[in-house]
Parts: sequence; structure tokens; C-alpha cells
Amino acid sequence: MAEARLPTVVLRGGTVVGADRAERGDVLVEGGRIVAIGPGIEVPRGSSVLDAGGCLVGPGLVDLHAHLREPGHEEAETIETGSRAAALGGYSAVVAMANTDPPIDHPAAVRAVAELAKGALVEVAVAGAITKGRAGERLAPLAEMAALGVRIFSDDGRGVQHAGLMRRALEYARPLGVLLAQHCEDEDLVAGGVMHEGAWSSRLGLPGQPALAEESMLARDLDLVRLTGAPMHFLHLSTARSVELVRRARAEGLPVTAEATPHHLTLTDAEVAGFDPLYRVNPPLRPAADVAAVRAGLLDGTIDAVATDHAPHAPDTKELPFDQAPPGMIGLETALSVAYGALCLGPEDDVPGWLRAVAEPDAPSPRRSQAPPVPRLAGAVELFRLMSSRPAAISGLDARGGHGGPLAPGARGHLCVFDPGERWRVDPGAGASRSANTPFASRELVGRVRHVLVAGEPVVVGGEAQR
Amino acid sequence: MSRPGLLSVADLGREGIVELLHLADSFAQVAARPIPKVPALRGRTVATVFYESSTRTRLSFETAAKRLSADTMTFTAQTSSVTKGESLRDTVETLDAMGVDAMVVRHASAGVPARVAGWVRAAVVNGGDGEHEHPTQALADCFTLREALARRGGGQPADDLKGLRVAIVGDVRHSRVARSDVLALGALGAEVVLVGPPTLLPPSTEGWGVAVAHDLDEVLGEVDVVYLLRIQAERLREAFVPSLEEYTERFGLTRARARRLPEELLVMHPGPMVRGVEIDAEVAGSARSLVTSQVRSGVAVRMAVLFRLLARAEERAGG
Repeated sequence: MAEARLPTVVLRGGTVVGADRAERGDVLVEGGRIVAIGPGIEVPRGSSVLDAGGCLVGPGLVDLHAHLREPGHEEAETIETGSRAAALGGYSAVVAMANTDPPIDHPAAVRAVAELAKGALVEVAVAGAITKGRAGERLAPLAEMAALGVRIFSDDGRGVQHAGLMRRALEYARPLGVLLAQHCEDEDLVAGGVMHEGAWSSRLGLPGQPALAEESMLARDLDLVRLTGAPMHFLHLSTARSVELVRRARAEGLPVTAEATPHHLTLTDAEVAGFDPLYRVNPPLRPAADVAAVRAGLLDGTIDAVATDHAPHAPDTKELPFDQAPPGMIGLETALSVAYGALCLGPEDDVPGWLRAVAEPDAPSPRRSQAPPVPRLAGAVELFRLMSSRPAAISGLDARGGHGGPLAPGARGHLCVFDPGERWRVDPGAGASRSANTPFASRELVGRVRHVLVAGEPVVVGGEAQR
Repeated sequence: MSRPGLLSVADLGREGIVELLHLADSFAQVAARPIPKVPALRGRTVATVFYESSTRTRLSFETAAKRLSADTMTFTAQTSSVTKGESLRDTVETLDAMGVDAMVVRHASAGVPARVAGWVRAAVVNGGDGEHEHPTQALADCFTLREALARRGGGQPADDLKGLRVAIVGDVRHSRVARSDVLALGALGAEVVLVGPPTLLPPSTEGWGVAVAHDLDEVLGEVDVVYLLRIQAERLREAFVPSLEEYTERFGLTRARARRLPEELLVMHPGPMVRGVEIDAEVAGSARSLVTSQVRSGVAVRMAVLFRLLARAEERAGG
């Protein structure tokens, strides 16, 4: 975008969320950058004023984990539609996962996707695959892709099954300054399981996959990090024991980071009772004790980031029987609202019933976490840390692109204006994503993105995408 | 919104089960007439929608529908446009548009009848879905048991199975029949013990209200009924059991094992039986076996289910 055409924008009357505190103030953005922050900023002639009254004004969100499906599955999503969904969800940047068709496992694919992403509403960082064809057998050309700017590598959708290969990948990647991100799933233990193995899978007669399928690969990889010294990121943690393993690894000083999804913060395996494939996802939805442990992990800093794992699937695939439907849920347009409801609202707040039910599990589970049972709530600073500054730092989008704040004069004009007072009901047909497979369909959410600026351009105004 | 259907035994509760068993009592008498047919559902259409091959269940439902004078339609995946790639939803919506009143849905995947019920106007009956449930089989089993007990006691069939001890033996993990039977037998007050190696039992029986055992011989002296489940050869490949021989040795109702049993112990099996594996051929045909009775009961309870779902209120009052 040509900076000359960028408007001067004043975000008026909001609460500006900084790195360690939130204060009332206006934000003046000019020429793509923040030029002033403070109360009662004078509005320059010819500038547009966007009302941020009652809103949190934070840095644009950064998603570590989105499937934009292009190339290969444009019927489900494209970079254009996916990045529009991201903008509407408050994001200024997303990491596009490598499990496209063909996969992003060679330099030409990186260049092609980066080219497609040029006109996108938000910045799209391309992830590369760790192994050729994501087959888990031979290393992909990590250094060649890194030279093109790829910073995160993952076979996501699959875990790298062989410990020996994963070791080599970590060793090879270490001097490249890149990050390997693991989808922890031991396929041998999964053994065809399509949901969490437990009381619900047993009752429903659906093959379950044990929590151990996630935890054992995570435990193995933490040992490999200790062995190799290479940093590693763990995608979509979903079990209490996973959180505990990462908590101990961090206490030990291992260079590991982790993320969790909005759906693992709010939904349990009981949702599968109606056999609706909307609730099929990997890792699968877990019991309430795991949900509570994942929340606690985000609140105590064990888990660095909320990441969507936005996984669009065309409507007909979600009309298949549960065990035949592809796993995955979309999440870009709802993530901030869901995370706000799960992490920032407490018992004394007016929480929608479906969120309250998960927060207060009635039956204690035998699989208990060591985590403190009642976590404190997140405030605005923590919320934007989990959804913007930490994921920006993990993905390198802070240095490259100026994402993640902190909001200050001179910083890039990536801004997310979120109205925590607005309550809305999710209409899956009304989203910008080409797919509608949201598990939050018809549910009431608290808080909604009102305006979004990406590099100074107002891409979302009043909840509407501007292009 | 769809009509009420029958997707799970859990939807019925004790009262619903007893109501259907009473209805089945009267329909069982119809079967004994020279012309075993009543006009109860004349003008109604019942479609059997089978995505998984099953001769017994499909014929049982069709017989039940015909004895109630309903018209029947048969849809099987092998002969349909499924092979042309038509989606499940398109298929059932097409059938629905033809004015079908009830669909009996059988599918290899758990939950398909429940999904179909959300898409169509017709009443949906679960004819067996994956490893989830097979409610009409469980109703047939309860009907069979209370008849057998009444015969033995010399009175009218009771409305419950209180105190009856039933061992369900074998591949409970992969059995829709077992899941429905646990719910139905439990609702009627029977005590159920699941018997098998841990690999063939469900990962969790939380909330099932059953006991679990791993030694058939220890259980056999303690129960009134042994309900044997089919073991499929593919369980070997998936390492659930080492061999069918070892399975038979430990969990099969062999002739030697049967010889040690008290005379009044009853034997059941939902069919199709693999004789010589989970049950010895001679035992299957012996006086203690209720297998044929289970099949007969199947028609009566399916008549009851279809009647309850499709008969108009005034017909139900008179019937």
C-alpha cells in the first residue's frame, strides 16, 4: 500500500493497552505510524476520527496458527478471504500454515504464497514444512526457505513421528535462527481415534484417542530440546498434563514456547454428543479439567499465546458422518471475543451460560493438574500480551513488520479496537471466511472488534471490512 | 423440526421401554394369527435406509412395517446413487421429499441417525449406527428375557428385570448392541457385568452402572444370563486379541464350559453368530439358547416402535 494514500486517523476516547498498563487516551496515526498517544489529542484537519469510546485500543493481534488453504483448497478459504476474516477478528498479521496442497515445503512454494499474500488485508507470514511433503521422512530445505524469510516451520496437521528425524531437524535448524513448531500427535497411539478417549467416547461408540497421544510426543520433544538446545514451539496444547510438562520445562529453562486455541479454552468433549462434525478437531476437545488447566496455563504464563488453528472446511465435508469428516474449526473472527470471555470474565460478570458451564465443571476429573485450581483473571494487558505481543515475538513479526506493540509514537500503525461491552451472536453464514465451520455458531459472545488498522490503513471500521 | 424418533435407548427411559414392551405383547399375538396383519399404519410409508449391509435387521423392520400395513421402501447403499457420489444429506432429503413417514437408518458410522433426524421431517429410527447403539435390538432382548422369565415362572411377563444378573461377554468396546443393552437392561433393573479382556472393553464405563470382569469362568456361576457378542477377525490385526483360538479358550461359550453351567442359565446372542468362536454350535442350538426367540421378538418390538411413532393419537388410544 502506498503510504501517500494513507489517511490520518484518530482513534478517539478509548483505553490504550500498553505493555504493562492500560490508560484512557486517543491515538493519532499518520503515514502508517503512530505519531501521538494521549488524552485529548487535537484532531488534525482532514483526518478521520474513529470512535473508540468504551473500547480497548491495543496492538493488532498476531495469529501464530492459521490455515488459509491456498493453494489447493480454495473452495474452503483463500488468502484473500482468510486475511479478511483475520482483519475482522482484530489481527494485523497471521502465520499461514504449510499444509496446503501442494505443501509449502520448497522455496518456489514460499515465493508463490508470499506473492499471493501481497494484496492481503493483513500481513501473512508463510510457514514452511519441516519435512518433504509433510511425510515425516526427509528434511525439507529449511535453510533455503529461511533465506526467503520463513521463520516458523511445522508439519502441522501431523506431528513428526520419528524421534530421530525430529532430532536432526532441531539440530539442523538451530543455527538458522528459525523455530520448529510441533503438532504433538503420536499417530500410533491415536490409532484411528476421532475424539478424546474417555467417558464420552466410550458412551458414544466413537473411537477415542488418549490424551497420551499428545503428551507423549510433547514429552519426547522436550527431551529433544534438552538434547539439542534448539528452541521449539508447541502448537495447540490441550491437556492438563501437557500444560504441566511445559510448565516444568520452562522452570528448567528450556527454550520452549506454546500456544492454545480458543476452542480448547471453552469447549469440552461433551459437545460431541450430538455427533456434529463441527466439533471434530485435532487435538480433540477435552474434558472440563483439561479446559481449566489450559486456561490456568495461559494465565500463569506457561502458555505464551492464544492461536486460532483456523481450519476452514467446505460445508459438504461437515455433513459427513463424524468419523469421516475432516478435523478443524474456523476461529479468526471469534478468537478475541472467545478468549476475552474465557480469560477476562469472572463469576461476578454477566457471562453467557455456555461459557459459565465450562468454567464451573460439576464433576471432578481423575486427571487433575498440579496447576492452581482457581486462576486469577486476565486483564486487558494480559489479553493483548497473549494475542499480540507474545505471538509477535515468537513468530519474529515484531522485528519484521512491527507487530505486537508496544503502542508508542513511532511504532507501526497496527491497531485493534475492541469493544468489550458489545454482545453478539455468531452467525456462521455472515463471516468473511469462505467456510462456516465455527463451533461457536449461534452462541453469544462478549466483546467485539470494532476497528482495525494495519500499517495505518483502516481495514475494518465499525465492524465492517473496508475492502 | 423433525418428528420424535428413536435414536438411543436413553431417549426412552424406563416408562418408554415398558410402554413399547406392552405394545409388543399385543403385536406378538398378531404374529400368531392366520393372517398376521393389522391395518394400523395403512397409508403410512416406512423407508429402510441402509448404508451397511444387514439382512436380518432390514427384513425384520420391513416385516414389522408390512404387518402393520405400512408401505415400505428400501434403500441400500450398494444399489443407490451413493456410488455416484450423492451425499448422505442429499439422499435422505430426497427420500423425505417423497413423503416418507419414517426412516430406519443403518450406517457404519456412529451418530448418522441423529444427524439425519436433524435434516428430515420423517421420524428417524436408529437401525444400528457404528459402535454407538442398536436400540431395537435391545428392546427385542428385553422382550425376549421377560417372556422367558414369565414362561419359567408361569405368570404374566413382568414390567421389570429386577434382580436378573446378565453377563455381556466379548467385544463390548466395538458393540452397538452392548451399549443399547446396557442402557435398557439397566433401566429395567437388571444387574449387568461386562466380561472380556480389557482391550475389548470400553476405555471408560463411567456412568454405565455396570460391573466389569476379565474372567468368564468366575462370572458364569454368578449370573442368570450370558449374552455373547460377535468377535470379528479384524480385531486380530488391530492387536485387540492375539488369536481367535485364544479368545475362544478364554471367552467363548464352548461345549466344555456349557456343560459346567446350571441348567437354568440362559444364553443370548444378537447374531450373526460365529459358531465355534464365541459360541459352540451345539450350545447355540440347545434349549437354554434364546437366539431364535430374539429374532422373533425383533419383529414385535419393531412393530411397537413404528406404531408408536406413526399411529395417530386416536389410533393409539384405540389400539
